Amino acid sequence: MLLMAELVIAAFILGGAFFLLVGSFGLAKLPDTMRRLHGPTKSTTLGIGCLLIASMIHFLAERGAPSVHELLITLFLFLTAPVSAHMIAKAHILLDRPARRALPDTGQGDGWATLAAPSRTAGETAGRTRQRAV
Amino acid sequence: MIEIAAMIALGAASLAVLLNLYRLLAGPGIADRILALDTLTINAIALVVIFGILFGTGMYFEVALLFAMVGFLGTVALCKYLLRGNVIE
Repeated sequence: MLLMAELVIAAFILGGAFFLLVGSFGLAKLPDTMRRLHGPTKSTTLGIGCLLIASMIHFLAERGAPSVHELLITLFLFLTAPVSAHMIAKAHILLDRPARRALPDTGQGDGWATLAAPSRTAGETAGRTRQRAV
Repeated sequence: MIEIAAMIALGAASLAVLLNLYRLLAGPGIADRILALDTLTINAIALVVIFGILFGTGMYFEVALLFAMVGFLGTVALCKYLLRGNVIE
């Protein structure tokens, strides 16, 4: 394998390991849940992206053929990390009383959708009409 | 050189797993624990990928992809249960 390729792969592996460690250190060290969300969602995602790029270059240099599996994993992780962070933040707002009190006003007629009681009406009426149609 | 870098990365990822386990056990709220589980899954994927580089086999990518999917589904299902009291409405 080329020395240049080895250097690039080692640099990507070390960078990925650094960002993974920073993300998990932030998760363990930061003072409250909203701040703790930052470490795993940004730093850990960047770290795993670096590692997967290193893996891609490694197999490209070793076999001469690009492997697409890493791109698939990277795409999946980069798409799902914001979604799961959003869900965790919503659950935290709903469950934590001080966080709920600290929310600003929405400026509209309705309040925060996260705090609204689960409305049965929409689903039930839809179910009923569907049953009638059948 | 790649072996040394991979060994260092294995150490860092293992330390990250330990930090996640600390947050999973000590986290004051349920959201913290869910977040720790999510991060634990991503660190497990990192370990799998590093082992794949170290052993030179492409066999581990399916494992990593399955870990990513199951971790995401678990996080979303737990959050959905906390938010709505139900997973599938």
